[in-house]
Amino acid sequence: MKHQPSRSSLLMAPALVWLTALMVVPCALVLALAFFRRGIYGGIEYTFTLENFGLVFDPLYAGIFLKSARIAGTATLIAVVIGYAAAYAIAAAPRRWQPVFLFFAVLPFWSNYLIRTYAWIVLLNREGLITQLLRWFGYTGDPPSMLYTEGAVIAGLVYNYLPFVILACYAPLSRLNPELAEASRDLGASAMTTFRRVILPLTVPGIAAGAVFVFVLSIGNFVTPALLGGGRFQMIGNLVYDQFLTANDWPFGAALAMALIAIMLLVLMAQALLADRASGHAAQAAGSADG
Amino acid sequence: MSEPRTLLAIDHVSKNFGRVTAVDGISLDIRENEFFALLGPSGCGKTTLLRMLAGFETPSDGRILLDGKDIARTPPNKRPVNLMFQSYALFPHMSVRANVSYGLEMDRLPAKEIRSRVDAILTTTELVPFADRKPEQLSGGQKQRVALARALVKRPRLLLLDEPLGALDKKLRGAMQLELKRLQHEVGITFVIVTHDQEESLVMADRMAVLRDGKLLQCDTPHTIYEHPADRFVADFIGVMNFVPGKVVADGVVAANGARIAGKVPAALSPGTSAVASVRPERIRLFPEAQTANRTTGTVEALAYHGLDLQLHVRTPLSPKPFLVRVTSDAADRRPVSSGDQVELGWDPADVRIFAE
Repeated sequence: MKHQPSRSSLLMAPALVWLTALMVVPCALVLALAFFRRGIYGGIEYTFTLENFGLVFDPLYAGIFLKSARIAGTATLIAVVIGYAAAYAIAAAPRRWQPVFLFFAVLPFWSNYLIRTYAWIVLLNREGLITQLLRWFGYTGDPPSMLYTEGAVIAGLVYNYLPFVILACYAPLSRLNPELAEASRDLGASAMTTFRRVILPLTVPGIAAGAVFVFVLSIGNFVTPALLGGGRFQMIGNLVYDQFLTANDWPFGAALAMALIAIMLLVLMAQALLADRASGHAAQAAGSADG
Repeated sequence: MSEPRTLLAIDHVSKNFGRVTAVDGISLDIRENEFFALLGPSGCGKTTLLRMLAGFETPSDGRILLDGKDIARTPPNKRPVNLMFQSYALFPHMSVRANVSYGLEMDRLPAKEIRSRVDAILTTTELVPFADRKPEQLSGGQKQRVALARALVKRPRLLLLDEPLGALDKKLRGAMQLELKRLQHEVGITFVIVTHDQEESLVMADRMAVLRDGKLLQCDTPHTIYEHPADRFVADFIGVMNFVPGKVVADGVVAANGARIAGKVPAALSPGTSAVASVRPERIRLFPEAQTANRTTGTVEALAYHGLDLQLHVRTPLSPKPFLVRVTSDAADRRPVSSGDQVELGWDPADVRIFAE
């Protein structure tokens, strides 16, 4: 009876089976695909090659990666600033109102992603709500071109992922002992210094979690750039989509997808490492306190 | 001795939260270098008063004069007043040294001076070995000393302490009470401590104020408050008191059973009104001498041995509640009593206090 499976590994089994069947195996297949050649008339020619990966670093495609990273980074920054402020306001509200405010902050989540994104088309359209509003205020010039711009894509991403940031930042903010801020004020710090030196450092884990979420979901996104960007190769997600469904170059699409996954893994690992260091500190602290 | 100087004058201060009056027209003076206690049951307004002194609440009415200057509306970071929080409120992401340095950094002092002042206070509070630890690596007593050091290093005119010993166990509390007094003497800073523990304020305070329902009941030395409580509530709240309900006569109170308790009747009480005569447990003697004016007999219901003394519950015809009597262990050894015994109790009229019912 040496290797009797423990209860916890039994409990983990369904999740492991699920992950293996629907994540690991498909990913492995896509990875394998990336090492083959594209057939002359589409399809796949099963000869080993690395040139698909070489093509990823072609300035044309590397440029799209960089652009995607820039768009995702900008969206992340804006979402963190707005989301943190909102979470701060909610955490500062009277206790009984906080769940209500959180509910409203997360409310858009209950509707379909596509519908939410289409709503922005209605807003940003040349004769959309914003233009009509401007006209109502007496604006008579050409309607501003807002839809099908990088700004529209960023706005769509921020809007869709903001609730993640609010939830991620609200958790540490609501747990923060209000006496810490008072102690800082008492010791002579202004409200601004108190925020910078006490509140912000103690809520950084929430910001990091929210930011990683927005960045990872944004950089690989293809629905929002397709609908609000209008262009063809706005972001990597669209590029991958096109390789598989339009250009019929599955091996190159697979290589692009793998590169994207690698970027996401790097970001997630960096965050996990940071979080681990923070909790490792705590574990070490608890250990030496006993000694 | 020179006349003690008033450091802080609380002048008719009130604080309302909506329709609730937390502090109701309190006036009191706190003197330079004294150890002052604000004492009262929870909800008496002592914490609100303390928070107004720290600057976290603004009085609805009245003035708070520090060195003669009204600071009632000065923000907390602009007052020479520091507060030691009940939760200690140590910054969890900073080391002990960083916690203690924080306040001096806010004053923009040169790094060298910060270092030497922090070193000095860490030495005084015996925290040098823990300087690089994070708060979570400290015991309760150590955290308490860091909170104290962090407030003291600023050399405030006034140090406020909110239930500073509340989180410590009983034995450590006793040690820290003396430690706080020693420190206060050493640094020469005025301490105002908030506590609900009457024993704690008796031990530590030079003077204390007893609060109830937002009002000041009495402000005096622990000795005076213990021996001459202003009213029945104070008498009951501070220490232990035996009460005999009855009617006022010229030279005392007549209990329900007709027995007369001799004692000095306050001028405000006219004969015939309801009142209580009271006496402290340690003023009652078992088997009193013949000439003792106030006496009664009773049955011992319970005994509690406390090491230093023996506490007896004695059922008497004078009051519905049993009398509490404290006998030194020494005396108890000489003349042992046990549960069920008939005993005689006696006390002097000088030890009797009479209050309105």
